[in-house]
Order: sequence, then structure tokens, then C-alpha cells
Amino acid sequence: MEKYKKTGLIVLAGVFLLFLLQSSFAESAEQDVPKHFLVPPPPFSPGIFPCSQCHQGMPVNRKPRKLEQMHQDIVLKHMPGGWCFDCHNPDNRDKLRLANGKSVSFEESYNLCGQCHGTILREWKAGLHGKRTGMWNGEKQYRLCVHCHWPHEPRFKPIKPLPPPVRPSDIK
Amino acid sequence: MKRIKGKKRELNINRRTFLKGAAAGLAGAMLPLNKADASFWEAFFQKHFREMNDAEKKKVIQRLEREYEQKYKKEIKVGNESAIPGVLFGYGLDLSRCIGCRRCVYACVEENNQSKDPQIHWITVLRFKKGEKWVDLEESEKYYNPSQVPEPGYFYMPVQCQQCENPPCVRACPTQATWKEPDGIVVVDYNWCIGCRYCMAACPYGARRFNWTEPNRKPEEINPKTHYLGNRPRYKGVVEKCTFCIQRTRNGKYPACVEACPVGARKFGNLLDPNSEIRYAIEHKRVFRLKEDLNTNPKFYYFFAYGV
Ligand code: HEC
Ligand code: HEC
Ligand code: HEC
Ligand code: HEC
Repeated sequence: MEKYKKTGLIVLAGVFLLFLLQSSFAESAEQDVPKHFLVPPPPFSPGIFPCSQCHQGMPVNRKPRKLEQMHQDIVLKHMPGGWCFDCHNPDNRDKLRLANGKSVSFEESYNLCGQCHGTILREWKAGLHGKRTGMWNGEKQYRLCVHCHWPHEPRFKPIKPLPPPVRPSDIK
Repeated sequence: MKRIKGKKRELNINRRTFLKGAAAGLAGAMLPLNKADASFWEAFFQKHFREMNDAEKKKVIQRLEREYEQKYKKEIKVGNESAIPGVLFGYGLDLSRCIGCRRCVYACVEENNQSKDPQIHWITVLRFKKGEKWVDLEESEKYYNPSQVPEPGYFYMPVQCQQCENPPCVRACPTQATWKEPDGIVVVDYNWCIGCRYCMAACPYGARRFNWTEPNRKPEEINPKTHYLGNRPRYKGVVEKCTFCIQRTRNGKYPACVEACPVGARKFGNLLDPNSEIRYAIEHKRVFRLKEDLNTNPKFYYFFAYGV
């Protein structure tokens, strides 16, 4: 009797969990429409992708260090105390990896950034942060976060302004 | 109060009578003989654009395309798309992200066929010192030219036609050559503009530009995709200004300045669509408009998406 009660409870709990899962799925599906955003190709340096061309079979070195044989230009100035594998997938270098272990492609790097910059990701989806091009009343292309922010040093880089207008006094 | 209003209306000279009178006078006195060909007379007696039916518009546009082809030796398409029903255009500019790089200024010149020399810009980027009483446009600098932007301690504010719901320029025009379209865009008919520049004096934002000479642009630089009420080639002696890229936006595209902005500070869309990015900005950010006290009711919203 006691045993039946227990299994009954477990089944009930299971059903309840399933229900919860389902409704949360429904919710997230509703929030995330469109689920996949049309984006331009990720701005990789020429020739560097796929990463597996070198990393396939290469031992993974998880030790935070200054890289000397390769990627010397990458010095992290972002998320103090962080390291490559907070974002890159050690088991498949052609992918990124979320904190929950889930792999995401470079076309979806915004989901990686959104783990820590949730508000900005929400505004990016709404078209407020970042940039959308295409049709204001139709299909839009989204710039990835990394098109504007180099992930390893994300502060937007200053650029040269185009010339100021001609001063009336300069007109001949 | 009522009486004064009534009186005012009576005093208003009817536009057609005004023009007929003017035309009769002019035709006799001032017409250079060599200009008196058929095309010139057609242009001279062209009806007001809003009073034309589709066939009449088509004829005018064909004439213009012929004239442009002769003048610039290339095919220039003059579009005539009308406002999309249920659309009221609105614009947003995030001042916390603008870096003052002027990419928008020159993208606009290319898209909208402004004169290169003399130079006409529809967008002016103003620079302000952070923390100063900056709403005073007089305190701004538009000729800044550092090697890199943004400069620490400054912020930037691009200004262009604010597309007022209640546009003082439209009221100032004696010939109704400028008016507000159903989608909210204030347009100019360059074939009706007489160049009196009352609209320029009436605009509180300094957004209108005057062609003191024949606009000067190499034919190969002319963007051939134009709109009658937008970026088609202009004439000496007419006023022009930003039209939210009417030739693009009435076809669903974003304005050229939105696409050119490297930081994504420029937002555009339908104010009547609750899912548009401009509505998102208005509903989630503290937006303001320039010189709100004048009741011009601009559809150009400025905001700071995050702390300055
Ligand atoms: C904040 C997350 C994050 C961290 C931390 C991070 N990366 Fe990246 N990295 C990315 C993302 C996202 C991209 C993809 C950029 C793109 O789409 O072009 C990338 C791209 C790269 C690339 C390709 C660069 C190129 O030139 O195209 C290399 C190589 C790389 N990372 C190496 C590293 C190394 C080595 C570290 C540790 C020192 C590291 N990353 C740390 C997120 C990160
Ligand atoms: C040309 C070969 C090559 C390519 C292509 C390459 N890597 Fe590497 N990568 C290396 C080498 C070699 C090291 C070890 C550097 C060191 O220890 O100084 C390394 C190190 C790393 C590290 C540091 C952690 C570790 O395992 O040592 C990360 C993270 C990394 N690479 C990511 C990437 C990513 C992401 C890409 C693709 C965008 C990529 N790499 C493409 C050769 C390459
Ligand atoms: C693990 C958490 C984490 C992830 C993932 C992450 N960031 Fe950050 N980011 C931070 C933190 C913490 C700061 C603030 C401290 C700093 O500037 O390093 C920051 C700061 C920034 C800044 C402001 C930099 C500045 O100096 O003003 C930008 C831009 C940024 N991140 C972009 C990104 C992008 C793009 C991605 C995805 C490729 C990303 N972040 C992923 C934690 C994260
Ligand atoms: C079109 C370019 C563009 C894109 C795309 C873009 N950003 Fe930004 N972002 C900027 C600019 C410009 C700033 C302001 C300058 C700065 O602080 O670097 C900024 C600021 C930030 C900041 C600092 C905010 C603060 O409060 O100081 C973070 C964090 C950030 N962006 C994250 C992201 C993330 C995450 C994405 C993708 C979901 C993204 N950005 C996409 C241009 C962009």
C-alpha cells in the first residue's frame, strides 16, 4: 500500500513536471518568435573557419595562459576572470557553448552573449539595440553582436568621421 | 476668436486664382523665348500634384523622365508610389549610441541626389559637450573634425527634417508646393515651388535647404531610382529636405541613413504598428522631441537607450 502510494506520487509528480515543461516550452516558443534570426555570415578572419581544421585531434588545454603559438592577438578584455571555454566549446571548436552545456553555432552567438546581457539581447530582438536592415514591414536581417563588438574586447572601436560640411566662409 | 478665424479664411487668396493671376502676368512679361517649347508650357500649366488623376500624373512623370534623360544622358525612373494605408512613419535616434561619424550624412547625399558643389546636406550632425545645457541648439558645433569619434566628453545629435504632424513650413508656403502626405511625410513638389523660402524661415529646425544655383552632380553619380516627391533631380531656385527616403520607404525599405549607421542608433518604422521598432523605443525608453513647446509635434524621436 505504502509502495503504491509512493509510485502514485512519483507518477503524479512526473505528470506535473511534464505539464510544467510543456507550458514553459510553449511560453519560450511564443517569446522567441522568430526563433531563428536572419543574419549575415559571422565576421571570421579569412581562413580561420572551420576551427576543426587544426583543433580536430589537438589536445585541449584548459589552462588560462598567454597564447604563444597561435591566436596571439586574442587577449581577453571582457568579463574579468573569464576564459576561452566560457564561450568556446572545448569538445567541438566549430561551436560555441552556453553555461548550461548546450552547443550553439556561430550564427547564433547572440544567445551566448544574451546569457549575461539579457536586457540587451531582448532589445536586440526588438530591433532597438544593434541594427536591422531589409524591410521595415517585412523580412529583416540582424547584425550579430560580434559584427559590432569583438567578443574578446567588446568595446566599440572609435572610427574616423567623414568630413564636416563646407563652411560658408570657405565657399569661393 | 471665431470671428478672427473666419476673417482669416476670407483673406486667404485662393491658390488657383493666385497662380492664374501670376501665370498670366508672367507669361506675358518674362518668358524667355527659347524656353517656350511644348514641354515648358506643359510644365508651366501643370496642375497641383494632389489634384491630378492617375493618367495626368503618368503624363507628367513621362515628361519629367524625358527631360531628365535629355539633361543627364541616362535613364532616370521617377516613381509615384502613394502612401501605404495604415502607415504613419516615425523615426527614432538613440543619442547614447550615436558617435558622430557622419556616415548617415553622406549616405543620404548619395541616395537622395543632393548637389555636391555647392554642397547640400539634408542631415547636420551637432556636437555637444556632455553635461552642458545642451538643448540649446545654438551652443552646438557642426564643424567638429577630430581624427577619431566618439571624442571623450562629447555627444552627438544628428538633425534632419522632423516630419512634424503640425508643420509650420506647410502653413508658410504661399503656393501649397509643400504638404503633409497621409503617411506623415512632408514633401515638396519641385515643379510648384517658387523659391520664396518662407518655409525655410518657418522651420524651427533649420531642416530645409535651398538650391541657390543649378544643383551640381555628375550624371554617373545620380541615383536613377527616384520618386516624384523625393529624390528626383531638383532645379535651381527650389527648396528640398529629408523625406524619410520616400522612394525607399514606400517600397518597404529602410531609409538610407538607417542602413548606413554603423552603431545602429537610427530606428524607423510604422507608428501605428505596435510591433515596430519605433513603437518599442517610444514605449520602453524616455523619448523626447526637439522644441516640444512649439507644438509642431514631430515624428522624429530622440532618446538615450542607456545612461550617459
Ligand atoms: C565572451 C565569449 C568569448 C570568450 C571568452 C572567448 N571567445 Fe573567442 N570568440 C567568441 C565568439 C562569439 C566568436 C565568433 C566571432 C565571429 O562570429 O566572427 C569568437 C571567435 C574566436 C576566434 C576566431 C577569430 C577570428 O579571427 O575570426 C578565435 C580564434 C577565438 N575566438 C579564440 C578564442 C580564444 C583563444 C579565447 C581565450 C583566450 C577566446 N576565444 C575567448 C567568443 C568568445
Ligand atoms: C591554423 C590552426 C588553427 C586554427 C584554424 C584555429 N586554431 Fe585555435 N589554436 C591553435 C593552436 C596551435 C592553439 C594552441 C596555442 C597555444 O597554446 O599557444 C590554439 C588554441 C586555441 C584555444 C585555447 C585553448 C586550447 O585548446 O589551447 C582556443 C579557445 C581556440 N584555439 C579556439 C579556436 C577557434 C574558436 C577557432 C576557429 C574560429 C580556432 N581556434 C582556429 C590553432 C588553430
Ligand atoms: C559570462 C558572462 C558574459 C558573456 C557570455 C558575455 N559577456 Fe559581455 N560583459 C560581461 C561583463 C561582466 C561585462 C562588464 C565588465 C567588462 O567590461 O569586462 C561585459 C561587458 C560587455 C560590453 C561592454 C564593454 C565596455 O567596455 O563597455 C560589451 C559591448 C559586451 N560585454 C558584449 C558582449 C558580447 C558581444 C558577448 C557575446 C559574444 C558577450 N558580451 C558575452 C559578461 C559577459
Ligand atoms: C550595429 C552595431 C551593434 C550591434 C549589432 C550590437 N551592438 Fe552592442 N553596442 C553598440 C554600440 C555602438 C554601443 C555603445 C558603445 C559602447 O559602449 O561600446 C553598444 C553597447 C553595448 C553594451 C554596453 C552597454 C552599456 O550599458 O554600456 C553591451 C553590453 C552590448 N552593446 C552588448 C551587445 C549584445 C549582447 C549584442 C547582440 C545581442 C549587441 N551589443 C549588438 C553597437 C552594437
